Amino acid sequence: MIATARQRLNALGIPSIYAVLLLFYLVAAVLVALFGRGTFISGANISNLAVRSVALGIVAVGQTFAILAGSLDLSVAYLISVVAVMSSYTMQGDPDRVPRAVALVLAIGAGVGLANGLIITKLRLNAFIATLGTGLLMQGVLNASFDNFAGSVPSSFEQLGYGKWFGVPISVVMLLAVAGVGSFILRRTRFGAHIYAVGGNRETARLSGVRTDRVIIGAHIVCSLTAALSGLFIVSRLRAGAPWVGPDGVYDLESIAAVVVGGTALSGGRGGVWGTLGGVFIFSVLDMMFNQLGIDPFLKQVLRGLIIIAAVASYSVRSREAAA
Amino acid sequence: MREITKRFPGVVALDRVSFDCRAGEVHALVGENGAGKSTLMKVLAGVYQPDEGKIYLQGQPVTFHHPQQAQRAGISIIYQEFNLLPYRTVADNIFLGREPTRYGLIDRATMRAQTVALLKRLDAASIISPDALVADLSVAQQQIVEIAKALSFDARILVMDEPTAALSSSEVETLFRMVRSLQEEGIGLIYISHRFAEVFELAQRITVLKDGQKVATVQAADVTPDELVRMMVGRELEHYYPPYATPEEIGDVKLSVRGGGNAHLHDINLTLRAGEIVGIAGLQGSGRTELAQALFGADRFTEGQIEVRGRVTYIGSPLAAIRRGVGFLTEDRKGEGLSPNQSVRDNVLLAFRAMKPVFSLSRRNGGGRQPSVDALAAEVDLRAASLEQEVAHLSGGNQQKVVLAKWLAAASEILIFDEPTRGIDVNAKAGIHDRIRELAREGTAVLMISSELQEVIGMSDRILVMRDGTIVGELPAGASEADIMLLATGQAHAEKEEAR
Amino acid sequence: MATQAVPQESRGATWSRTLLRRLAAVPPIYPILVVLFAWIIYENPNFTDPPVFLAFLRRASPLLILAAGQLFVIAAGGYDLSVGSLITLTVLGAALMIDGDPSNTYWVIGALYLIGIAVGVFNGLVVSFLRVSSFITTLGMLLTLRGAALLWSDGAPAGYLPDNFRVFGRRFIDDVPVLGQLPYAVIVLVVFGALATFLFHGTNFGKQVKALGDNPRSARLSGVSVPKVRILTFVFSSIAAVTAGILLGGFAGVSMDVGTGYELEAISAVVLGGAVLGGGRGSIVSAMAGALSLRALFTLLNLLGLPSPYRAAVQGLIIIGAAAYAAYRERHR
Repeated sequence: MIATARQRLNALGIPSIYAVLLLFYLVAAVLVALFGRGTFISGANISNLAVRSVALGIVAVGQTFAILAGSLDLSVAYLISVVAVMSSYTMQGDPDRVPRAVALVLAIGAGVGLANGLIITKLRLNAFIATLGTGLLMQGVLNASFDNFAGSVPSSFEQLGYGKWFGVPISVVMLLAVAGVGSFILRRTRFGAHIYAVGGNRETARLSGVRTDRVIIGAHIVCSLTAALSGLFIVSRLRAGAPWVGPDGVYDLESIAAVVVGGTALSGGRGGVWGTLGGVFIFSVLDMMFNQLGIDPFLKQVLRGLIIIAAVASYSVRSREAAA
Repeated sequence: MREITKRFPGVVALDRVSFDCRAGEVHALVGENGAGKSTLMKVLAGVYQPDEGKIYLQGQPVTFHHPQQAQRAGISIIYQEFNLLPYRTVADNIFLGREPTRYGLIDRATMRAQTVALLKRLDAASIISPDALVADLSVAQQQIVEIAKALSFDARILVMDEPTAALSSSEVETLFRMVRSLQEEGIGLIYISHRFAEVFELAQRITVLKDGQKVATVQAADVTPDELVRMMVGRELEHYYPPYATPEEIGDVKLSVRGGGNAHLHDINLTLRAGEIVGIAGLQGSGRTELAQALFGADRFTEGQIEVRGRVTYIGSPLAAIRRGVGFLTEDRKGEGLSPNQSVRDNVLLAFRAMKPVFSLSRRNGGGRQPSVDALAAEVDLRAASLEQEVAHLSGGNQQKVVLAKWLAAASEILIFDEPTRGIDVNAKAGIHDRIRELAREGTAVLMISSELQEVIGMSDRILVMRDGTIVGELPAGASEADIMLLATGQAHAEKEEAR
Repeated sequence: MATQAVPQESRGATWSRTLLRRLAAVPPIYPILVVLFAWIIYENPNFTDPPVFLAFLRRASPLLILAAGQLFVIAAGGYDLSVGSLITLTVLGAALMIDGDPSNTYWVIGALYLIGIAVGVFNGLVVSFLRVSSFITTLGMLLTLRGAALLWSDGAPAGYLPDNFRVFGRRFIDDVPVLGQLPYAVIVLVVFGALATFLFHGTNFGKQVKALGDNPRSARLSGVSVPKVRILTFVFSSIAAVTAGILLGGFAGVSMDVGTGYELEAISAVVLGGAVLGGGRGSIVSAMAGALSLRALFTLLNLLGLPSPYRAAVQGLIIIGAAAYAAYRERHR
């Protein structure tokens, strides 16, 4: 039954993960109705679900770019912390300083992405080690300069985290916009096509004249920019930034997990942004389900880990990939 | 192409070869494995630069330093292994790196239209959609995509390297139609193949290469397949091979297969006896390596029966084969036979140690009554600075010796050699041949696969010829090259048919 | 065995060439370690006193043990990201199972090792048969084990570990000649290190691990049982994690973060020690030297008055630098 649903969705161009998402959602609704408190299917809940997904979702979109190109980025969590702290510190609660802060953190994001990309392509380092290194660098510098909440966010900026437009939370709009832009880039620009090529088979891409180094650097810049955006969202919710924000949320490993659960192969070359969002939503549905069922939140962590393994196993069993 | 010469370390791959191709012509290039066909085409396509000689395109001299230059000049090669991205669409693949754009975004509509136009030229627009994923296409269809890609570069010369190797007969027909329609467009096609039926069906001219030299260029109408075979082979016995085994030296049956088959093979019947060297000849794709892998349990038989030393047994994995005394020296010694970053000693002892319990001590010399690694190295005449040196740094010949030592250490009684002297210089070859004969004399049953007919004839006490996944004939020692080739190409049948 | 003919050159030239070649072959981690120790001693001459140095070793022992275990997995071509969470699980689980009653300590330790072995087997099975990459598999286990640890302890790590459990991390043997007090942790470290070295360099297992990481195809065609070897590497890594957990629980006590980040530190240590991510090379001693260097680095930074936050930054720089250098050496062999 799941197989045919998958096929039908694939024919429509929708990643198959959404069939699983729907399944999870319905199961959750049933379980909550039977054992939990409150209703599961309600406008407020769906809105809640979406907002919960924003922080991880935005950075996962960027991680998708990195992984599609055959790389990955472990530094995003620390970058998020840097952005959270730097933006709130620069803003100091003053609405006039918001544009300056946003520009600053986006520049930082682009710079970090550039650095990651250069280290990987020019020093020819393994992405794991390279981004681990830059992440630690950022954490170190940040922790040395700040050890607590710094600055604050003006209430106008908090709109990003809490405001609504015609009933839809602004943050969700931002998430969908980021995903939309990401998907657009991947599908409709040369850069996007080249990302798939480089991730699929770097040699073939190179022989066809694709500038593989530039593509990888570009993918990393996109990834870091989304991490910066995610950091801005988080700080708008927290009202001030602190150095532990990124690692606390485990954004690095979780974004990678969301990407692979969503159908993008860790080796690169196939998958996409909407699949990743599907993965993020699944995690959120599980979260909410456990909350409303009164299940221990730690059990959810246990299940999350197992689900990641099961999801990837099902993909690779289907396509017979070799394992490392 | 005039007087093209290309040298690699230790071997002259091409020796003053001249070759030309006209617009609208199909010019076939034939020769046995290693004759230089692929090398010549790679020179043409800019993958290699010739050491001497020049290439002229429509009368103008050209030099290519990079395959892309050749491609842009209108020369494209369709290799046997396709260079496609499996998870991208047909259109994506064809236009990779050159996607048409409008206002900075990919112009999908134009890309699709141009792809369809290309496919129409090949009469395939109705079967292949530009939006299909390459991974979902059959091998034949993927080939069509490769051809379309070449056409998209305005190819004037198209080289096809063994294009029908993986095609069914109806797909071959489709390919022929395509070739003819491309001819009509004025494109010159260079067709490398060893399937004479196709060569004679398609080609106007045929060039025969042998040992890096051009033997002749003939009109297809003026020559018979038989004459072609004789032009491809037939040379003086270059070097002295060790003598064949006498009947007394041939002992018991060590391994026999009856009715063996799997996904690639069928009706395999063979016996290997102690003291005997059985040669396996056949063209590329005939199933020789698959046979070796099946005997070794790497890609096991799914039907039939194997007997080792008289007892029926099942070889389901390499370890099982090793325990039963089978050793396999693979074709690709670096990729499949050695651990490049490990020492000579560790490589030599790897198979031996694999048979022992996993936590047993790894003795420097295997322990017990096992001969020391030093002794084994001396036995195979290994030349290395030390036994602890990493094998990646050894010469090809020495690497082969390490692999041999590995199987000697594992006390293999049945040895399978797949292209034992490929890529090894002349001096070392003789040494390896002597060694193989010595091993046979000591009681080992040897199965030797080789694409060098000289080697097969010189070494084998019996020759089995393979074609299309099965053994089509057996020849005695000292058979002629022509005999072998006739069986290998299937001409023997044709001759018999005519003789009736 | 014949040796290649070498053109004659002056004996002096040959001698210095051999010496240079030998020096170049020494993994760069050892000179680094020497420099770090020299600098530490310069900043704090007390470092050469046995109690000070042994205290340093005691604190460093969990990472060294972890690095030794991780080397097996990396040499076989994979990653084990689950070890940090396994440490947390070990510590929290120990507190819960012992429940303050010292007579439980020994069977609990046994149970913990069983859990560790089970985790290792699971990791190995998934990677070998479900064909999920080791990165993802152990990543999933990282989350699962952490969740399990927190679940078990209801998120509030409580209980204390009795003395006979903490003895391994905390206590020492008194009146040892020359050294004075010898921490148990150092003894555990040495024993584990010796065991790991023996397994990696002295048994067929170790050779097969390296062959597997170097060229899996060729290893299989030489008779190596790839799944079995791979599973054993994960099991050994998990055993190392449990051991490290016992030591950490000894001197650090029970807390939720006890194991966090250790997996990345362990991998960094192994890379610093000269193993190549992707497999085929490495030695236990170098991996432990890498871990020792990391700890020495932190100690040094403390002595220099650099606040602890900076340590992460420096660690990051060192990792990038060392890995880049290793990659450079690989390419120019």
